[in-house]
Amino acid sequence: MKTTRRNFIQQSALFTSVFTLGFDWFESKGATMAIANEPGRFNAFLSIDATGKIRLYSPNPEIGQGIKTAFPVVVAEELDVDWKQVEVLQANLDTQNFERQLTGGSGALKHSWERLRKAGASVRQMMVQAAANQWKVDASVCKTSKGFVLGPAGQKASFGSLAAEASKLPVPSTVTYKDRKDYKIIGTRVRGVDNKDIVTGKPVFGIDVRKPGMVFAQIVRPPFGATLKSFSAEDVKKMPGIIDVVSFKNKVAIVGTSTYEIMQARQSLTCSYGSDAPLEGNDTHQAWFDAGMKSDKATVQRKDGDFAKAISEAAKVIEATYECPFISHSPMEPMNFFADVKPGSVTLAGPTQVPQPAQKAVATLLGVPENTVQVELTKMGGGFGRRLNNDFALEAAELSSIIKKPVLVMWTREDDMGGGIYRPAVRYHFKAGIDAKGNITSFYLRGVGLNAGNSTRQDNFPVGAIDHVLIESVDQKSAVTTGPWRAPITNFLGFAEQAFLDEVAEAGGKDPIQMRLDLLARVKSNPVGKITYEADRFAEVIRQVAEKSQWKKKPGVHQGFSVYYSHLSYVAQVAEVQVKNGKPQVTQVTAVTDCGEVINLSGAENQVKGAIIDGMGHAMFAKLNFQAGVTSPTNFNAYRMIRGNEIPKIDAYFVDNGISPTGLGEPALPPTGGSIANAIYAATKKRYYKQPFS
Amino acid sequence: MAITLTINRKKVSLDIDSNTPLLWALRDHVGLLGTKYGCGIAQCGACTVWVNGEPMRSCVLPISAVGNAQITTIEGLDPAGKHPIQEAWDELDVAQCGYCQAGQIMTAAALLKKNPNPSKQEIVDGMAGNICRCGTYHRIQEAVALASKKVKK
Repeated sequence: MKTTRRNFIQQSALFTSVFTLGFDWFESKGATMAIANEPGRFNAFLSIDATGKIRLYSPNPEIGQGIKTAFPVVVAEELDVDWKQVEVLQANLDTQNFERQLTGGSGALKHSWERLRKAGASVRQMMVQAAANQWKVDASVCKTSKGFVLGPAGQKASFGSLAAEASKLPVPSTVTYKDRKDYKIIGTRVRGVDNKDIVTGKPVFGIDVRKPGMVFAQIVRPPFGATLKSFSAEDVKKMPGIIDVVSFKNKVAIVGTSTYEIMQARQSLTCSYGSDAPLEGNDTHQAWFDAGMKSDKATVQRKDGDFAKAISEAAKVIEATYECPFISHSPMEPMNFFADVKPGSVTLAGPTQVPQPAQKAVATLLGVPENTVQVELTKMGGGFGRRLNNDFALEAAELSSIIKKPVLVMWTREDDMGGGIYRPAVRYHFKAGIDAKGNITSFYLRGVGLNAGNSTRQDNFPVGAIDHVLIESVDQKSAVTTGPWRAPITNFLGFAEQAFLDEVAEAGGKDPIQMRLDLLARVKSNPVGKITYEADRFAEVIRQVAEKSQWKKKPGVHQGFSVYYSHLSYVAQVAEVQVKNGKPQVTQVTAVTDCGEVINLSGAENQVKGAIIDGMGHAMFAKLNFQAGVTSPTNFNAYRMIRGNEIPKIDAYFVDNGISPTGLGEPALPPTGGSIANAIYAATKKRYYKQPFS
Repeated sequence: MAITLTINRKKVSLDIDSNTPLLWALRDHVGLLGTKYGCGIAQCGACTVWVNGEPMRSCVLPISAVGNAQITTIEGLDPAGKHPIQEAWDELDVAQCGYCQAGQIMTAAALLKKNPNPSKQEIVDGMAGNICRCGTYHRIQEAVALASKKVKK
């Protein structure tokens, strides 16, 4: 049944005893919304029952970024209810009622802030109106508090008791939001809504999906660039617990009744591969970097003034090359997905950051209408961008369609780390010219990436503060598959830029912080070309981090500075290094973040600290190698993850400016490699130009 | 031949290959899904359970080696979530994605059982075997310290 948004509330009141409001997400695509009254079907976002219980359906996939908690916090704040009254449920994929039901780009709060506030505030207003009508007073003299409407003569009515009457009122066309000084939940520490499930081991992840008749499968994938010529299935099929061995798209899938039996059978599988072109190794990639740096076919991403002329006139030229390898996302929960392909209906369940593209891609693959593909969202054991690529969902669907059974495809750690969709490897070459006073007059960057697209971010600061700029990129195609990795491109470019600027400051005899502030002042007074960042917000995080970290005021402590703007947020960091037993040790990182309004302080701190640890660990340890199209290492014994005894103290501060919230899952990562490398340099006079550092 | 295990104080009889790692026995055959697979080679600690109260990596522990031992999984620690470690984990809002936390909690609870009053360094060292990809290490360490205070009360 279809209805317009304006009248659906009245209808919902007719069909159910529950007051239900659809968030105003769907303004942009016209106001349509399906109504269903059967319990458990997720097509609406906020419900209040007669006992005053408020249910919020959180539409975006929860990957550890805390959105399942942060979204309802905003609604509950504007609804003016007690946080304890709210129950939060994960909504499944519902393209009718939600938009942007995805996790990626640190964009959820930025995108949904107004909608969430409106969803809460408009229902609050309807509750007030319902009470005012009942008490025969003007709505303007009524107030709300903790899920009650309070009247001028001491009347008091719970939202639950008003729900039926309120549901008959029209949705207000204009709503008034709370003043932020009256916030009771936003900005406080709110515990994750799934904490209880997590600490008691409830089966909430993709790997925990269990369905009637379900079988397990593992898939053997070919080396990058290779094609499957043949494989030996007969012995494998005879192994205990093995149901079938099938092949599709150069892959071999072993289907069985249990994980261990499949792992055992897999050892007997032999596959033979061939390839048209030589398979790639580390040497191939180095040769491609060399060629890309010399190439005359680079794409110009930005050009201000006349770089060639300016650099030839510079008093001093600083040049440096930085390089990062392919790395794996390595979420703790390896890839996995459930699919049940039946005639007329497809059920998918599992951890994906982008359920709608999964639905679409599976529908296309199977040649079935999109609306016959259901996607159930599970909690994700991390993702870091890996689950933006739905290869795992497509494989599961294809396998289920072949074996005609519901199947959970499990990736082992080795499959996960060896199976591609990596952070692309990139080499950067920087060149800067400074004048006799040490001021930057010209700036050049070329990025050569392997399947990286545009490996530069051409409008990044210090671009905008320099008269003569040339930014170029070269994209070299590789058989090694790549995808976004937490803070795509900037996860390494941030390090390279911030480490290079440290070199420039040193060459010009300037303090690295003062140099940034001077450049930002230049952006304010006399900007060059297109500016994508706000110089004032940039400068503020820098000033605050200098103060909080006691920049250059701590004797015996070596400090390194960096600052980065990404996902519309600003993060400045000062790292501290102490030399212990002749070895530099990162002892502290102070971070000041401007992400606008902080919704959940607990979640926000967790994101910043986690991103810094993530950035530090990968900068110091992570690298994948390639030989004949095969990745190594493929497990945590040799692919080192940072551990709890290797982390610095981290102080995370937030700028209190009340600006609409921007991204937070990623922005604290890009500056991390730079602040640490610059601090290590301050301590040891050794610069790192490559990841991993050691 | 059936093997009988004692899991969370209940006897469970399993007619599976005795080489099956305890992790997969729990997940695929007993239906206890709280214990997680992370690496399969005892490197990450996501699969940590107790065997006679000792934290063990269930991904490399064949059920044949378990014998009559008491196995405790995250589901058996305290299903109500009232163990001091579980309460501290909630209070300090430790988890991000939450996937590694069952293993972290089983490691932490075993640590406190053995040493109810660990120093900061003992906590750091005691928890260093468990990987958290989200980087919740600070709060993990703080939560162990908080739980230790709760135990003393």
